Amino acid sequence: MSLDSTNVIKDTLAQTKGGESGSDWIMHHILDGNYLDFSPLGKIYLPHLELFGIDISITRHVVFLWIVAILTFIVFRKVAKAYQKESVPRGMTNFFEVFIVFVRDEIAAPNIGKGYEKFLPYLLTTFFFILFGNFLGLIPFSATITSNISITAVLAIFSFFAVQIGGIRKNGFWGYFKGLIPHGVPGFILPIMGIVEILGLFTKPFALAIRLFANMTAGHIVIYALISLIFVMQSIFISPVSVGMALFIYFLEILVALLQAYIFTMLSSLFIGMAVHQDH
Amino acid sequence: MIGNTILGFANYAASEGGGGGLLSVNGGLAFWTVITFLLLMFLLRKFAWKPILASLSEREQKIEESLKAAETAAEESKRLNEENKLIIQKAEEEAKRIREQIRADAQSAREKLLQESREQAQKIIDDAIKESERKSAEVFSEMKNQISSISIDIAEKLIRKKLDPDTDKVIINEYLKDISKN
Repeated sequence: MSLDSTNVIKDTLAQTKGGESGSDWIMHHILDGNYLDFSPLGKIYLPHLELFGIDISITRHVVFLWIVAILTFIVFRKVAKAYQKESVPRGMTNFFEVFIVFVRDEIAAPNIGKGYEKFLPYLLTTFFFILFGNFLGLIPFSATITSNISITAVLAIFSFFAVQIGGIRKNGFWGYFKGLIPHGVPGFILPIMGIVEILGLFTKPFALAIRLFANMTAGHIVIYALISLIFVMQSIFISPVSVGMALFIYFLEILVALLQAYIFTMLSSLFIGMAVHQDH
Repeated sequence: MIGNTILGFANYAASEGGGGGLLSVNGGLAFWTVITFLLLMFLLRKFAWKPILASLSEREQKIEESLKAAETAAEESKRLNEENKLIIQKAEEEAKRIREQIRADAQSAREKLLQESREQAQKIIDDAIKESERKSAEVFSEMKNQISSISIDIAEKLIRKKLDPDTDKVIINEYLKDISKN
């Protein structure tokens, strides 16, 4: 069955390959690669690195990962310096203060409760890292790092560690794992509940990773697919429809970019809150 | 079926993609992500979040304090205002009291003065009356003396020249003339 579907899709995608324009160019844009694509201007090939037999090449997504990190650091270093000059925020400082205060007062404080300050650096970094990554992906010639499962998986793993550390620090190592199983559960369900809860620990960050990855990938695929309609139909007259709809999806992507950063951070802090206050 | 379709799409992506499939985790990229994210988090925590959050809470505290200070200042000014009102009222009362005092003093002084002058006038009048009485008594006693001496004279002359009524008459007239001459 699986093989059949694969073949069907392969065939479908192959059929849409009208002449030189193939649909695999969508995948080229979505997936990682060992070059920076500035076509039609050209491509910049990136070096190949290996460490202890592991391929740690500088790929397109690694480059944009660094760009996002450097951009985030520069922006917030500047914001931090602006506060040293005067306590009244202006311009960019004011803009980012809204987000910082939002993360602090609307995401961290209500979901984690007392002691949320310890998690603020992690939550703020996650929020702005995802936000900047999402928005950078909307810029032409760039790559969306948050549409790569490797990166969202790592972010989710950090979220997982934050949850476990939060829970263990508050409740103690044994207390935390004992508290995973709700009170008043009949004895015979205990083994099942234990398995379910332990599994739940891993499904939560898994869902986080998939959610962010899927949301950021889907929008881009839809935009590329709409644009490729022009080539599939081989008609210039379809372009207003394609461009119009792609523009609509693009605007939707702006909303999604903001929303996904919020959701990832909000769910992370919710899970942290659940691990810290196990009695609910 | 849908699941198979998605899987198929993923497989296709995995087989055709340049740097691995859509759903395949790339170890190298994950490695770089871990390093980058951790580095970013520690750098941001040190250079951005701590100062930003500190100044944010500092500002919030400052605002709270200023609001409280403003409230107490308003209360203080209200209290001072009331105090001032009380002071002004007191001063007004004092002024009124002083005015009335002065008026009463003036009244009493005037009355005293009037009384004194009246008394003085009365005294002068009394003195004058006494003086005139004394004078009149003096005059009277002198007149009495004179009249008595004149009467004695007349009587003497009458006795000496007891002639007739006509001569009496002449004599009396003569004497009377003498008296009036005197």
